[in-house]
Amino acid sequence: MTRYLMKRILMLIPLMVGITLITFSVVHLAPGEPVEMQMAMNPKVGKEARERMRKFYGLDKPLAEQYVTWVGKLARLDLGRSFSSDNRPVRDKIAERLPITLALNIIALVLEFGLAIPIGILAATHRDTWLDKGITVFVFVGFAVPTFWLALLLMYLFGVKLNWLPISGLHTLGSDSYGLLRYVGDMAKHLCMPIMVASFGSLAGLSRYMRSSMLNVIGQDYITTARAKGLSERVVIYKHALRNALLPLITQAGLAIPGLIGGSVIFETIYAIPGMGQLFYQAVMARDYPVVMGIVIIGALLTLIGNLVADVCYALADPRIREGRGVQ
Amino acid sequence: MNTVRRFRLLFPALFLFVSACTQAPAPPRGGAGVVKPAYGDALVEGTIGDASTLIPLLATDSSSHAVAGQIYNGLVKYDKNLKIIGDLAQSFAISPDGLTITFHLRRGVKWHDGAPFTSRDVLYTYHVVIDPKTPTAYAEDFKQVKGIVAPDDYTVRVTYGAPFAPALASWGTAILPAHLLEGKDITKSPLARAPIGTGPYRFKEWVAGQKIVLESNHDYFEGRPWIDRYIYRIIPDTSTMYMELKAGAIDMMGLTPVQYARQTTGTRFTSLFNKYRYPSSSYVYMGYNLRHPLFRDKRIRQALTAAIDKDELIHGVLFGMGQKAAGPIPPGRWAYNPNVRDIAYDPKHAAELLAQAGWREKNSDGILTKDGKPFSFTILTNQGNQQRLLTAQIVQQRLRYVGVDVKIRIVEWATFLKEFVDKGNFEVVMLGWTTTPDPDMYDVWHSSKTNPGELNFVGFKNAEVDRLLVEGRSTFDMEKRKKAYFRIQEIMADEQPYTFLYVPDALPVVSARIRGVETAPAGIGYNQIKWYVPKAEQVY
Repeated sequence: MTRYLMKRILMLIPLMVGITLITFSVVHLAPGEPVEMQMAMNPKVGKEARERMRKFYGLDKPLAEQYVTWVGKLARLDLGRSFSSDNRPVRDKIAERLPITLALNIIALVLEFGLAIPIGILAATHRDTWLDKGITVFVFVGFAVPTFWLALLLMYLFGVKLNWLPISGLHTLGSDSYGLLRYVGDMAKHLCMPIMVASFGSLAGLSRYMRSSMLNVIGQDYITTARAKGLSERVVIYKHALRNALLPLITQAGLAIPGLIGGSVIFETIYAIPGMGQLFYQAVMARDYPVVMGIVIIGALLTLIGNLVADVCYALADPRIREGRGVQ
Repeated sequence: MNTVRRFRLLFPALFLFVSACTQAPAPPRGGAGVVKPAYGDALVEGTIGDASTLIPLLATDSSSHAVAGQIYNGLVKYDKNLKIIGDLAQSFAISPDGLTITFHLRRGVKWHDGAPFTSRDVLYTYHVVIDPKTPTAYAEDFKQVKGIVAPDDYTVRVTYGAPFAPALASWGTAILPAHLLEGKDITKSPLARAPIGTGPYRFKEWVAGQKIVLESNHDYFEGRPWIDRYIYRIIPDTSTMYMELKAGAIDMMGLTPVQYARQTTGTRFTSLFNKYRYPSSSYVYMGYNLRHPLFRDKRIRQALTAAIDKDELIHGVLFGMGQKAAGPIPPGRWAYNPNVRDIAYDPKHAAELLAQAGWREKNSDGILTKDGKPFSFTILTNQGNQQRLLTAQIVQQRLRYVGVDVKIRIVEWATFLKEFVDKGNFEVVMLGWTTTPDPDMYDVWHSSKTNPGELNFVGFKNAEVDRLLVEGRSTFDMEKRKKAYFRIQEIMADEQPYTFLYVPDALPVVSARIRGVETAPAGIGYNQIKWYVPKAEQVY
């Protein structure tokens, strides 16, 4: 197992180098420079001012030199400074946005899996019944409805019409003076709608995945054997079938790890949640290279780690994989 | 002038620079009895973007400037009628030759940390702006300064090499605290996140991406603001902001024409909010690439203007909330020439002009042709501006009536600038400009500004306009300037390098509990420190 793990970790190094190169190239290939985005169409800005800014950001140097400088900093875990007017360290900018995106996505993820697994099981065990069909329609509606539209509908209903939930943001103004319990409650109220919206869309795919995985497992011989032994359907499904049916979902969970920090541009913008999605979007629009590259690199690293975690989990769950025999 | 790239982003600026023709709001609610001003409460304003830095010298975004505008003062400012008056300067004097400006500073003004404001702060601000190491966008006007001296703590004398009319307004720039910044790297100063100014509000708290909280400066030299706290809530989506307004969670925002005309007319809304409406300081135009053979003949440009019904655009795109533009200076400004005759909507006249220019025959599609080539061009505009897209679509229909085939192309902003505008690689662009109260427009219209990346990207060259632009900016004599800019507008009306389309209205809405809001040529923001909420109606 250790050898397997080491091999997988060593493979990450060339991959990361490739990723930095691609990220740097793609970001710099996009038309428009940060200086231009800040100063274009402003009569008060002369050529000299633009040059001054380019020099300040190091954009006057050859691309290769810029790349080496950036990678050098990256190797020392320094993501550089933002090209926006605040010129703050990218690390600080990401750090102040990360906790909220992370918390939001973990809650949404738990909710997604927590709902998708029973929904999938229910649909599989009641295959082709009205319940199965009803669930299918429900999850596909969730899949098809555009996030922004659903978000606005919910806001109007719960925020404006019923006045049950706050419309946007994370806290009520003045919540700083609340006691801990009230403060947490206030935040939970603010997060209700965004989490609902964030989970609803992914529910469809995940529950269908669970359904087909469960159907696949309950068609296996050992399930027939278990049933023939006279075990109750409950024991057959939840003790014998569930563990194997969950295996493919491990990959899904692993792949969801990078998504945890990525955030969603749409619901973060609509619900005014200052998360990573919003930061990334703003950085792209402003051509804030260090921020864009920083987020992409962290995302890429997490994707690789996510894959690694999924593979390790698989190897742990299935000895044939870690022994290199493969699934037969 | 600044481009109206994202009109909604520039909203805060519109508060500052608006022209006349205001419409009074409904009378304040809260009963017929006399309401007394009272200290307290908070004003919550919705803003699309978070600030980037609260050192205004380094900021290039409107959100930062809007917040910093409450914290800092300049030496001068525009009053309600857009006239330059002293701010941190008690008074100022311009020498008869127009080369020297002497500022007499207010005494007794204190920075928010208690330090006294003196001429040292002005000198520091000047020196840091022109320092090549400072990454600022605002050095240009100050480079005209030949010398600056401070004979004492409360006098600053600035000398210019030649009279430069925009110079006075340039001293409206925020003055920074020398005692906190001198000898330090301004780009790494903690003041970027926790500013110290002299303004009516002092910085209290900034929660990135969520809110910026300011509290009133009780020692403000113009008097303590009545409203105790000014809170900017960052809400990046306009629909969300509008719902927050309806739910009463924000007190102030700018409405879109459709929101103003259709969605805020119910009695519930009108009892809770006052809507305001006045011409904004911007205009939308169609700019012709004058290097392109199709648009070299001014009769063509005149014909295209005559074929466009500007009233229809205002009605269809702005729900009637705007006015026709006839030139680069919005109506109501002192430099606006009311005698300039705009080319009226007249498709017949348009057809005649086109025929005179050789476009007589129509092909089987009904498109005018000349030497076998159809009259066809593309209007290029930027992505993310629905108003401009609608405008382009209506223009397309109108021009089709006179036999001109128009295609519309929407391009992302950075690509739009880099690949098309900067390289002169376009036929017609649809864009907008935000105008400053000073009419100087040298950078947009002078023939020396037609190089790639410069603002006269349509390539307009006119010797008389060149001369008048120089004349207009090199004298402080209002009458001489007026004469120059009046003539420029006459030439523009004849030359039609742009088809000036419309001046949209600014449409702010403010909670009815907030009293003292008045419209003026400068908009509604000029007397904000006098806004108040009666004790009985305070909610925060």
